Amino acid sequence: MADKTLDAKGLNCPLPILRAKKTLKDVPAGGTLEVLSTDPGSVADFAAFCKTTGNELVESAADGGVYRFLIRHTG
Amino acid sequence: MSDAAMGSANAKTMTIIVTKGTLDWAYPPFILGTTAAAMGVDVTMFFTFYGLSLLKKKLDLQVSALGNPAMKMPMMGMHMGMPNIVAMLPGVDAGASLMMKNMIKKKGVASIEELREAAIESEIKLIACQMTMDLFEFKTEDMIDNLSLGGAATYMEKALKSDINLFI
Repeated sequence: MADKTLDAKGLNCPLPILRAKKTLKDVPAGGTLEVLSTDPGSVADFAAFCKTTGNELVESAADGGVYRFLIRHTG
Repeated sequence: MSDAAMGSANAKTMTIIVTKGTLDWAYPPFILGTTAAAMGVDVTMFFTFYGLSLLKKKLDLQVSALGNPAMKMPMMGMHMGMPNIVAMLPGVDAGASLMMKNMIKKKGVASIEELREAAIESEIKLIACQMTMDLFEFKTEDMIDNLSLGGAATYMEKALKSDINLFI
């Protein structure tokens, strides 16, 4: 179970990333943030975001048009 | 405070020269700027010529189909471009702008106002070109508060030290 969940469904680039960055501030170091998105571009974008910021992308999954990302706040 | 603003000496830096003030051209600089800031980049945006109107308090951005054959709008189940002879008629730009704004809302794309707010929140440095302010007789009180004024040398000082410099 993630420490926090961000529902970014229906939002388009770059809003899921901007909201995730903002929400990560409220996640304690080492804690996890779950992001739900419907933007297909967010799959590549969250991988790039995590790689660049040093946060760990624990999980990236798709289920029926909804993408789910689990990010560990390590950046 | 943003990561970059917290004074990490290793933070990457980016500058963007923003020269265009139409609704469509306003997106690339604000999307890249805000996203870079979210990724820990220290961003400076320099607004000059028509781009300067993007720093006005009240935005009324328009898009024009005139001379833009690549602008194909979804219409009647297909994508249609607009002949210049139609695009030049009074009211067509306003109609196309309204259509674009409706599409933006429907597709969950951020408004420029929203992205500009995000830019301010993430402490992107917004520089208004002093020369353009004078040239177009823009008043400081009509512009947003979170800007600083500067010229080419102000920009160059930042650009010379930056990892990425874009002209849009």
